[in-house]
Amino acid sequence: MLAQQLVNGLTLGSTYALVALGFTLVFGILGMINFAHGEIFMLGAYIALLLVTMGGFSIFWALIGGMVGAALLGMIIERVSFRPLRNVSILAPLISTIGLSIFLRSLAQIIFGAESTRFPVSIKTEFFQLGPFQISLLQIVILAISFGLMAIFQAFIKKTKIGKAMRATSESLYTAGLLGIPVDRIILLSFAVASALGGVAGILLGLNFNAISPLMGKMVGLKGLTIIILGGMGNITGAMVGGLFLGFVEVLSVGYLTSSYRDAVAFALMFLVLLIRPTGLFGRVVR
Amino acid sequence: MIDAYTSQVLTFIGINSILALSLYITALAGQLSVGHAAFMGIGAYTSALLMTRLGWPFFLTTACGALMGGVFGFCIGLPTLRLKDLYLAIATLAFNIIWVVMLMNIEAFGGALGIFNVPKVTNNWTVYISLGILLLFFHRMQDSRLGRAFRSIQEDEPAARAMGVNAVYYKVYAFTLGAFLAGYAGALYAHFVTFISPHDFEVDRSIEILLFVVLGGAQTFIGPVIGAVLLTLAPEVLRFLAEYRLLVYGLMFVVIMLLRHEGLIEEDTFSWKRWSRTFRREGRAGAP
Amino acid sequence: MPALLEILQVTKVFGGLKALDQVSLGVDEGKIFGLIGPNGAGKTTLFNLISGALPVSSGRMFFKKEEISRLPDYRICRMGIARTYQNIRLFGKMTVLENVMVGQHSRTQAGLCSTLLRLPAERAENARARQTAEEWLEFFHLTAKKGDKASSLAYGEERRLEMARALSTEPSLLLLDEPSAGMNLQEVRDLNELILKVRSRGKTILIIEHNMRLIMDICDHIAVLDFGQKIAEGPPAEVRADSRVIEAYLGKEA
Repeated sequence: MLAQQLVNGLTLGSTYALVALGFTLVFGILGMINFAHGEIFMLGAYIALLLVTMGGFSIFWALIGGMVGAALLGMIIERVSFRPLRNVSILAPLISTIGLSIFLRSLAQIIFGAESTRFPVSIKTEFFQLGPFQISLLQIVILAISFGLMAIFQAFIKKTKIGKAMRATSESLYTAGLLGIPVDRIILLSFAVASALGGVAGILLGLNFNAISPLMGKMVGLKGLTIIILGGMGNITGAMVGGLFLGFVEVLSVGYLTSSYRDAVAFALMFLVLLIRPTGLFGRVVR
Repeated sequence: MIDAYTSQVLTFIGINSILALSLYITALAGQLSVGHAAFMGIGAYTSALLMTRLGWPFFLTTACGALMGGVFGFCIGLPTLRLKDLYLAIATLAFNIIWVVMLMNIEAFGGALGIFNVPKVTNNWTVYISLGILLLFFHRMQDSRLGRAFRSIQEDEPAARAMGVNAVYYKVYAFTLGAFLAGYAGALYAHFVTFISPHDFEVDRSIEILLFVVLGGAQTFIGPVIGAVLLTLAPEVLRFLAEYRLLVYGLMFVVIMLLRHEGLIEEDTFSWKRWSRTFRREGRAGAP
Repeated sequence: MPALLEILQVTKVFGGLKALDQVSLGVDEGKIFGLIGPNGAGKTTLFNLISGALPVSSGRMFFKKEEISRLPDYRICRMGIARTYQNIRLFGKMTVLENVMVGQHSRTQAGLCSTLLRLPAERAENARARQTAEEWLEFFHLTAKKGDKASSLAYGEERRLEMARALSTEPSLLLLDEPSAGMNLQEVRDLNELILKVRSRGKTILIIEHNMRLIMDICDHIAVLDFGQKIAEGPPAEVRADSRVIEAYLGKEA
């Protein structure tokens, strides 16, 4: 039983990790939070849904499409809420993205209705037994994609020229600019990557629970925030470990506590961390 | 005199104005709270429960509601002192969420269903007299030791401390006072809508209150009130938009941040000097 | 005779770095005491310790014979120590007059109730505070600007405002951190005069400076810091001739 929960927790946690990576990437570069990130997550799932139901595409292409769509959305948000406002104050982009999240959420509700929709999955329900762990094909797919993306992301950030440019810009926007790095473009790219990750997470979570709704972004967005606080804002490892950790905690607490407390657990942890160790478990990026 | 509908709108405007001012006072000392709805809810529940379960009179239950709000404000404000800007905002957000979840699970307080049949005692007199006193207070605070202490902390806390201002004391003070006022507004709210549930005090409400201050501007104490007035009237005015209401609402903030991020009301919006300057300039331009 | 400010073997460590190493000095009442040394010598750090902005790592400090080593900054201000900053920290959105009135905070006590009720005691207190503030503005030739926002002032005016604000806290000891930075010859001469005038009001002054002319002109006594240690102390003429001081400043023009 516990073994099963661990697998479930890992699966859930890996999607949370992707969402958290999106948040942390934006925070690392700009020191700001994109409050509409949860909605990008949600819309990524809906784009994939549309591609599958209306376009007849396979789940593979729906994933790609969702990622691309989410990335585009992220770039639009950067242009509208961050580029014109990031030098104005820390608060202005935050408020703007709060407004955007309200806008996007109601837009989705108008277009798709307020109830949740099934996610038509073309993956067979098949189970595998690995010692004490029972894992479904779906979970394997989700885990493969999440961890695959995380690995690609790590490599990208550490090894590629653009990744290094992103890290440099993270350290100091000003110095990066002096060094000739096209800061504006790097920021735009970071948003694209962060949103792509968020979009994929939305699709994977939709697959996991076989349901997506216009409101799913709200809670997940807030949880993503919790994760990066726990893991250290701007810290990539922290985001990934934090996401996995939250996945485990949630799954376990549903098993052993009533489900309404489940959400509160994440936030209670976050509150404690803020009080005791505001830099997060892995330390935050100093701005 | 006035019809029931208008009276109702006026009451909401009044209560929202008090809420806006309750957030403004914490912002004045440099603290941003995105969990004010929790304090409002604490006041609402305290007052409602004291009246429905113990039969206490209105003035006492609202006072207790405000006090409870203040107590919780103190308990949250003190440990979160070291947190700045974004971190404080997130901590208060977390508190709001946790509080709502906890409340939903306490059957003794009505659980997820809430409290029904709260006696409708709030009327426009109560609301507007309270608001009037509050406005007087803020007006008097402008040229006062208290007001300067808050503002100096907001501007540069270490420098304020070096000039003898006990920042810790004043920050907790501002936060507690804000929570106290939010609790009071919550009590007024409970005895007006007669039915309250945890859903009335979720993060959405906190964001709504935040938006009053953002729209109106935190430069003066009138700003948040104007913000509250406009945003309370907006749903009524935009009623024809039906389900597109929220779209406009959300988009509005994107637009405001782009056009006028400090809010509508600036320090000299109401000063004669500033407008006469504009007219003089225009007059001169028109001259041959 | 015990000094107004006694600093005994004070050390300040930041992580692995020793910013101040066993520094001791005494500032006598009514004197102008200069603190000089190359950049990074620890002068501003010492100010931060004295004003209570940072805690000492070890050592003790006494002001008017009372220990201040572990007191918070606002308490130290109330005891009578005020300061200005190297990179000016005014309350930009507040007016010039309000900035200076903040200084009167610790000498007044009105709270919420008296503000709301406009009690006569509060009104009188507020008026007194305003008067004190206006007197200091007058002293620093800023009266004309009293209703303007602090952020709208010219550089020299900003420096004077900081001093007015510090003085309105009614200190016995004034800490000035590089007040002449960015000033031309005439401005420095005016500053000299102002500082001497402040001293004549009974204030003791501890001043960090790089401008040797100013130091030599007005200081009664000087201490030299280098790499966190005090390497010399004495009257200006003596210190100036000290070989260790010259070595520390080698390559630096006065």
